[in-house]
Amino acid sequence: MSQPALLGDAELVRRCRAGEPEAWNALVERFSRYVYAICTQGFRLSEADAEDVYQEVFTRVYTRLDTLRDDAAIRPWIAQLTRRLCIDSRAARAREQPAAEPIEREREQVLSDLDEAFVVREALAELPEHCQEMLDRFFARDESYRTISSELDLPLGTIASRIARCLGKLREKLEGRSEASDPSSV
Amino acid sequence: MAHDYDPERLGELLGLLCPAPEGWARAAQELPFARSSLDQIVARAEADAEFRTALIADLEAVLEQNGVDPEPRLVDALRRRLPEA
Repeated sequence: MSQPALLGDAELVRRCRAGEPEAWNALVERFSRYVYAICTQGFRLSEADAEDVYQEVFTRVYTRLDTLRDDAAIRPWIAQLTRRLCIDSRAARAREQPAAEPIEREREQVLSDLDEAFVVREALAELPEHCQEMLDRFFARDESYRTISSELDLPLGTIASRIARCLGKLREKLEGRSEASDPSSV
Repeated sequence: MAHDYDPERLGELLGLLCPAPEGWARAAQELPFARSSLDQIVARAEADAEFRTALIADLEAVLEQNGVDPEPRLVDALRRRLPEA
């Protein structure tokens, strides 16, 4: 298995450290949505502030990858880095124009949901290409049945059932994962 | 932690991770190249007084002449790293 997009986190980090451009591209691709969501949903940053934080996160990841002690822990490391930069950004903005802070409990719930969403996306990446595309278009890109039907050249009447089937596969994949990681299930 | 992945919950979770706006990931992916260009320009500015003066006078123009897109983030980063004139 050598395609960077299919590598586990630890191997991907190792290859980034070795200077492989494709590994870096895959790393950005893997965490892009997650970093963006922490900025905009967890901390409700404006689009401009979110972009600054987003780029700063990846700059620091790139320049400080050598300081990561456990390569497999890249996701929590990126999450922590993003949170810190979001807090700094909000503090700087609050000095200029004080705004209502999201309630801490509410924020923690959003961040925890985002962690769960990341796990779901990892499982999605293991599904057949057509399922990945179908579910991503409908749920993450908010495309209508009509758009999906026309873009993928599929009969309109089959979209709902295809989505349901792909969700079923995704659920099986996730249940398989949690059984594999739960020692009481063997 | 046990999760109940019913279709509705799965849909909600999939909807949480939307793509970042167009161009953000591309800019982050180009970081290593931008950084390498930056290192070369700083090294040249440290070694060549004439180049350093021209660079400080008009950063954007010198970057363009050297085939580097003078996007604001890169210009700011370069300004911070430049030796004093």
